[in-house]
Amino acid sequence: MNDMRLTERAVTEKAKMSARKVQVYYGSNHALKDVDVDILDKTVTAFIGPSGCGKSTFLRCLNRMNDTVASARVEGKIEMDGHDIYDTRVDPVQLRAKVGMVFQKPNPFPKSIYDNVAYGPKIHGLTRSKAELDEVVETSLRKAALWNEVKDRLNAPGTGLSGGQQQRLCIARAVATGPEVLLMDEPCSALDPIATAQVEELIDELRSQFSVVIVTHSMQQAARVSQRTAFFHLGYLVEYGETGTIFTNPSDPRTESYITGRIG
Amino acid sequence: MTDVIAGAVPAAKSLIEPDARTRARNAAERRFRMMGIAAILIGLLALVTLLASVLGNGLSAFRQTYIEMAIPLDAAVLDKAGDRDPEKLAKVTTLGYGKLIEASLEQMLADRGVDTKGQTAKQLMGLLSKEAASDLRQMVLAKPDLIGTTVTFPALANGRVDGFFKGRVTMESAARDSNISPEQLEVAVLMKEAGVIKTSVNWAFLTNPDASELRPESAGLGVAILGSAYMMVIVLVLSLPIGVAASIYLEELAPKNRWTDIIEINIANLAAVPSIVFGILALALFINFLGLPQSAPVVGGLVLTLMTLPTIIIATRASLKAVPPSIRDAALGVGASKMQSIFHHVLPLAMPGILTGTILGLARALGESAPLLLIGMVAFVKDYPSSPPEGFFDPASALPVQVYSWTQRADPAFAERASGAIIVLLVFLMTMNALAIVLRRRFERRW
Ligand SMILES: Nc1ncnc2c1ncn2[C@@H]1O[C@H](COP(=O)(O)OP(=O)(O)O)[C@@H](O)[C@H]1O
Ligand SMILES: [Mg+2]
Repeated sequence: MNDMRLTERAVTEKAKMSARKVQVYYGSNHALKDVDVDILDKTVTAFIGPSGCGKSTFLRCLNRMNDTVASARVEGKIEMDGHDIYDTRVDPVQLRAKVGMVFQKPNPFPKSIYDNVAYGPKIHGLTRSKAELDEVVETSLRKAALWNEVKDRLNAPGTGLSGGQQQRLCIARAVATGPEVLLMDEPCSALDPIATAQVEELIDELRSQFSVVIVTHSMQQAARVSQRTAFFHLGYLVEYGETGTIFTNPSDPRTESYITGRIG
Repeated sequence: MTDVIAGAVPAAKSLIEPDARTRARNAAERRFRMMGIAAILIGLLALVTLLASVLGNGLSAFRQTYIEMAIPLDAAVLDKAGDRDPEKLAKVTTLGYGKLIEASLEQMLADRGVDTKGQTAKQLMGLLSKEAASDLRQMVLAKPDLIGTTVTFPALANGRVDGFFKGRVTMESAARDSNISPEQLEVAVLMKEAGVIKTSVNWAFLTNPDASELRPESAGLGVAILGSAYMMVIVLVLSLPIGVAASIYLEELAPKNRWTDIIEINIANLAAVPSIVFGILALALFINFLGLPQSAPVVGGLVLTLMTLPTIIIATRASLKAVPPSIRDAALGVGASKMQSIFHHVLPLAMPGILTGTILGLARALGESAPLLLIGMVAFVKDYPSSPPEGFFDPASALPVQVYSWTQRADPAFAERASGAIIVLLVFLMTMNALAIVLRRRFERRW
């Protein structure tokens, strides 16, 4: 399986986003220290590490969701396609249309399935007619592998779906704005094994269209879905490389301890 | 399984026979249950007593005794010039109309063969309200075409006569009363038998303005209801947007620091300030400093707005807080701006709570009397305020204050009116509470 990944990896070496010397402070708490990462295009990157090590914090730097936390302060440089996303001229609202996010707990809007998916395109003015919007909704739901299950009840409330369906609805909602990067913060932690398998399969399909960054506490999941893995520990990015290498031949003793279950 | 339980419970104790500890615990539970039921019964009893007393005293205010008669509106008396000129018509005072009524009354009693027991015309006129002549005059002035015709006019009966048929006044009390004599009441009984005196629904109670001490039978809530309605409009229009805007700012936008903490504490304190203090503030600020008119709904509305704001802010902030943060994240995550996340998602979800809080705040404001007393809304107002917006500056009364001022009057007929006014107030309050519940249900289902 890892060998197959190696061949796939060879095609995509272009960095979609790159972070250099990123520091994050929550008030006086220095939560993220000197993080350097290149997120590759059309690749699934997994962030692993013990809880509280800063995985979510870093993920939220990538779409500037940390702006909404009053105490958070971000330093360093994060670029997307060569543009500094923390430039004062960048509107985080537009950035977030390009860098979509899926959260740990499925959080559909308490509106219809259709309205959930249509919301992003509507506020960004991505479609010009109802027909166009219908089409975006359908393709997004198809990409999220949810279309067949909900096509007959698009007006039913999104909150009435099962947990796994809700999470795929959230993925469809994120996909609908046509993102270039999709951030997922432990997207399967609230799901049962079957729903988890569906979402994992989906992540693998989405990789053909954009980069996916996934935070996970399950090393098996990281190994299953990602091509690249970053290991965080106590706010430091300890090791970053090919998933196969990280899991079979880590170069840092801390990574090895974590993978073998000695830190956690 | 059974073995495990049997092992855990000491062998001497049976499962069937409760031991002393269990019995004591069960008894304690029973006692607590009884106390709870007793507490609820006391509460219910208080409510029932209140309602029974208010309804018992006040329901009769919604019925009124009238003396119905045919009055020929003699053009020679009412319109000497014969040109129906309103200015000249207005020159005929209530005295003139009183004479018409007196003549018609005597004529009718003679026609119907009612024994007047030797009462003089003046004494017979004493059966009628002092307001009757003025009512007839108003009727004619409003419709001068009536002159020359004979109209059927339901004249208000005197408050004592009204009270007699409602059981409030008896022959014994009439004997001690300078306003009515037992002989007059005997005539009234005969008139009732002859079908001249009738009792019907008292719509005038809801529409008439207040009346003077001597005319309780014509006193109504019209001005008070209008005044209260005007004030509620002002309170709603001012406090809802201000309260919601303040809450959104404090809850969603303001930095969390010492200043916002202080503001928060003070808003909570403001909600606990006694209402009379708001009245003093309004007197000093709106009337003495800004020079707004006394007794005006605009001042009442402003002071009630000040009182309602903290309630609305607290309710709104609580409902905003209750919206899960994940909804905000979801909106921001797809690239909604802060404002869009608030107005598209958070506010609609908080709306049922906000509306409920607002309506309950309004209900509290509607029943508030203390601050209105201080700004002069207790004054005797007989003229309806004009329509808004000018009407906001005209003198008016308010429902709770009307209750207060009627209870201050000597004539027991006003006690009946006061209870009637309480019923009207309660009906408004219950309607508002019901509306709050209906709105909340309606909104909650709308995903
Ligand atoms: N909103 C916040 N305010 C203050 N501190 C935070 C906040 N979010 C995270 N932190 C702190 O930052 C550190 C990293 O947290 P996080 O990124 O959530 O870890 P992970 O996702 O890896 O479990 C932790 O010490 C946590 O306490
Ligand atoms: Mg996390």
